[in-house]
Amino acid sequence: MTRNSLKLALAAMGLVAAGAQAQDVTLTIESWRNDDLALWQQEIIPAFEAEHFGIKVVFSPSAPTEYNAALNSKLDAGSAGDIITCRPFDASLALFEAGHLTDLDDMEAMNNFSDVAKSAWQTDDGSATFCVPMASVIHGFIYNADAFAELGIEVPTTEAEFFAALDTIKEDGSYIPMAMGTNDQWEAATMGYNNIGPNYWKGEEGRRALIAGEQKLTDDPWVAPYETLARWGDYLGDGYEAQTYPDSQNLFTLGRAAIYPAGSWEIAGFNAQADFAMGAFKPPVRNAGDTCYISDHTDIGIGMNAATVNPEAAKTFLAWVGSPEFASIFGNALPGFFPLSKTPVELSDPLAKEFVSWRGECESTIRSTYQILSRGTPNLENDTWGASVAAIKGTSSPAELGQRLQDGLASWYAPQQ
Amino acid sequence: MSVPRIRWHIIVFLAPATLVYTAVMIFPLFNTLRLALYSEVAQARVFVGLENFRTLFFDPIWSEQFWNALGNNFWFFLIHMLVQNPIGIALAAILSHPRLRFAALYRSAIFIPTILSFVIVGFAWKLILSPIWGIAPSMLDAVGLKFLFAPWLGKEEYALTTLALISVWQFVGIPMMLIYAALLSIPDEILEAGEIDGITGMSAFWKVKLPLILPSIGIISILTFVGNFNAFDLIYVAQGALAGPDFSTDILGTFMYRTFFGFQLQLGNPHMGSAIAGAMFAIILVGVCIYLFGIQTRMRRYQL
Repeated sequence: MTRNSLKLALAAMGLVAAGAQAQDVTLTIESWRNDDLALWQQEIIPAFEAEHFGIKVVFSPSAPTEYNAALNSKLDAGSAGDIITCRPFDASLALFEAGHLTDLDDMEAMNNFSDVAKSAWQTDDGSATFCVPMASVIHGFIYNADAFAELGIEVPTTEAEFFAALDTIKEDGSYIPMAMGTNDQWEAATMGYNNIGPNYWKGEEGRRALIAGEQKLTDDPWVAPYETLARWGDYLGDGYEAQTYPDSQNLFTLGRAAIYPAGSWEIAGFNAQADFAMGAFKPPVRNAGDTCYISDHTDIGIGMNAATVNPEAAKTFLAWVGSPEFASIFGNALPGFFPLSKTPVELSDPLAKEFVSWRGECESTIRSTYQILSRGTPNLENDTWGASVAAIKGTSSPAELGQRLQDGLASWYAPQQ
Repeated sequence: MSVPRIRWHIIVFLAPATLVYTAVMIFPLFNTLRLALYSEVAQARVFVGLENFRTLFFDPIWSEQFWNALGNNFWFFLIHMLVQNPIGIALAAILSHPRLRFAALYRSAIFIPTILSFVIVGFAWKLILSPIWGIAPSMLDAVGLKFLFAPWLGKEEYALTTLALISVWQFVGIPMMLIYAALLSIPDEILEAGEIDGITGMSAFWKVKLPLILPSIGIISILTFVGNFNAFDLIYVAQGALAGPDFSTDILGTFMYRTFFGFQLQLGNPHMGSAIAGAMFAIILVGVCIYLFGIQTRMRRYQL
């Protein structure tokens, strides 16, 4: 008796809930970008809801370090949101292969994106794309424009000019030439090796050849960046071996260092901290007149939970995320995270504008280690961190480092065997 | 003759501790050991026997990391044994001196770091030793010894020793307190008897007190051993999961963490991680057994 009435009550509640859903669909977004909560609540979601009557959107982020684990357990338990923010490459690929993400290839909005932009959320053969590319970060160098003016340095475009500028700053002595440390290791690889490297391995050409097994990490295009990094050591601050990432950021924004090997994600923070004029230059080319290549690294995508009960509404939302309108809101609210759509976005931040202008002048590529090559043990990305640090410190020769990385990769990656 | 009565109260009183300990310690321990015998192939868990351990010890990629971590762990332990415990004993001996003033103050001051969180200790020392903002370089500069300063945490050859010494700084209070308690429990009559026989001052410490506190020193050694081989927090806080520079501060705890949970682009591998955890458990078990059966049973004890 009591059990029956309980069932009835539950059924009634279910009906009420279903009735409410018929009128108003609520989409929940899973994300690790808790820094962007205000941006989503105040700008992005209102803009979407104003145009799409009957769809409500809730942005529900978790901490970046917990995101992957939390999302996996929610997906397994069936309690994850309708929309999933996608990490690039293997983390999302694993979700797709486990059947948690939907294939989005048939969506029209996907044509707004280039192949490089989509490569982070595709199966290895490119047959299925499961997330809409949202934003990328671009590598380059941010410099203290006041310091450059004071020392009469022109913005370097070639490597020779770059090292000449560093020499001038070092001789003058009032600034640390370059703010970077090796304590946290990743900067050396991300802002060092993968920043300058694309000019050596010719961007996508080299990266794809490496994946296909046509080039090796012992080849000159992959070893030469280490030779250049080895020269950086002389221009870093005293005790750079124990200098951490926040140390480097502070050294630069306090005006004690002249050049900062950067990723564009620094822009918002630097704008808030630094009280001097800043400029940016792209990774210098090896010889004047060479084609330039930049690392335009795909970082955030957004996809659909395969188990969602509102697939239509979710697709409507994803199509909107793929539209130029979203790109314009997102790109301007988060300077340094650049929308990936083919239609150029008018940005207002001068530093962000400088970074994004390189897309027109140079060939874009992504970080060499991210797609496929970091799938096995030893992990190529982690090894590249160590190798870049060793190159800067001079503890190993570039040729040795190339050999070590090649041996590690060849130990598990068939095309390199 | 009657059947011995079941003493229910013993079972009832033991139950809470046994149940809680089983749920949070014994079950996870054996489940981890069980997990080490499996592997994941094509999204399914398959039983592979001791294959993970074979990979860990004989695959050059894994074994190189394992032996590096184990070697670092022994160095970490050695520094604690050579620095922390002798200093702890010396401090306890000084503190127990009857004519020392402000003994309670010193005792608290030295013990306080022990109750600080690893995060605070790691972060504070990173700042102290920072070549950019730290007070260590300026203090050395003030006494004209600036040339002795090096970015210790960033150099392969110093980083592990530096971290071990930071850990010593944090935990020197524990051996000090244990030895201090043992020294206080030595009856005055024994010391007076020694004095009558002409054993005073330093020789009273070496010939009377030290043999009496040897069992405590043994306990401290084994606590240090277990603590060091389970260490993880300080290295993780100060150097991150990659235990840089160039894995020179990698110990079994960080190696296990990196493998189990993954790091950056490296996806987590719970099965290999469990195998490392199993190896750590075996090492600690062997160490404790050597102590219990090889040393403790042979130690001479004196009835006080």
